[in-house]
Amino acid sequence: MITLAEDGKFLAGGMTLIPTLKQRLANPDRLIDLSGCALTGIEDEGQSIRIGAMSRHVDVAESAIVQKSIPAVADLASHIGDRQVRNRGTIGGSLANNDPSACYPSALLALDGTVHTQRRSIASEDYLTGMFDTDLEEDEIVIAVSLPKPEKAAYMKFPNPASRYAMVGVFVAKFSDGVKVAVTGAGEDGVFRAGNLEAALNADFDSAAIADGVISSDGLMSDIHASAEYRAHLICEMTRRAVKACR
Amino acid sequence: MLTVTMKVNGINSRHDVPDNTLLVSFLRETMGLTGTHVGCDTSQCGACNIHLNGESVKACSILAAQAEGAEVTTIEGIANGDTLHPMQQAFHENHGLQCGFCTPGMVMSAIELVEKNKNLSERDIREGLEGNICRCTGYHNIVKSVQAAAEKMGG
Repeated sequence: MITLAEDGKFLAGGMTLIPTLKQRLANPDRLIDLSGCALTGIEDEGQSIRIGAMSRHVDVAESAIVQKSIPAVADLASHIGDRQVRNRGTIGGSLANNDPSACYPSALLALDGTVHTQRRSIASEDYLTGMFDTDLEEDEIVIAVSLPKPEKAAYMKFPNPASRYAMVGVFVAKFSDGVKVAVTGAGEDGVFRAGNLEAALNADFDSAAIADGVISSDGLMSDIHASAEYRAHLICEMTRRAVKACR
Repeated sequence: MLTVTMKVNGINSRHDVPDNTLLVSFLRETMGLTGTHVGCDTSQCGACNIHLNGESVKACSILAAQAEGAEVTTIEGIANGDTLHPMQQAFHENHGLQCGFCTPGMVMSAIELVEKNKNLSERDIREGLEGNICRCTGYHNIVKSVQAAAEKMGG
């Protein structure tokens, strides 16, 4: 159907796309609503959980499977936007948009999850290609997301008090073979893995292992909300808090 | 143009509207239900909150077409005749409003909050109303109103 539309767009929960249309920042000739496509449902697949793309943030936050298997992801979902946004916004929509300040991309990256489309499965590192950019083709739809279960994990965000988007959000995931740390809200190219923080936590998984200054402000966003230097500071602090909160 | 059918405040409604009609415009302009307000028009303020299939959502950020076949409840649909809904009554008794602009959204949001959650703390209520902005009250009396209504509603 999308091939019939010259400049069509897929519509998930619409919490980003509808405001974008209202501001005339996008002008598709057709919208294809995915809400009737049976892309919901959350399943425990043993080593990982599989979340249907049209699962709303409230569905993920309240899912017994997510709460038990990866409570950090349930917690992340329960703090996106506000209740009205969580009643509409979806994990697939968030990951397809890959907003540099969105929460979900950090979970996908830190958990080394996989994005499933109607024709292939894409590893997180290949999928997240930059600010508002993904490896998705124009006519490709996110069907579901698989997230491996870590030993423990936590997500900490410093929300912008007005928009509640992450000014900095850090997802820490500890697996048997190492620690992964993904940072959202801060990078000029969107979400990124913080190798310095991972090295420190692989040596000693303790909040005290994160020294101030271990994160450089190079490549971090600077805007009216926070300077790159402040964001670098927040990354260290949010990582410490995430390590303390890991479960 | 497209035909949109939904049940609004218990009444089946069917109207032809332009494809890009927002749900809030459908309610206010097509149906004349102006109790639902448009405040910021940028998904921040919550003045346009309504219930879509029992869940509170921002009617300014949903197309009318997305509500096809849905049950919609607006501020006009919650009183029982001349008897106010317990949440409306609580706002009245606790001075939970000044100018009243945010009130329809506050009330619709608070009703869902109380219906879905038992034993709400003051903090839960403040967090639960994060999506509703009031520029008059400083929120204290709104929180008091929700606490009072929660007791009456069995929350």
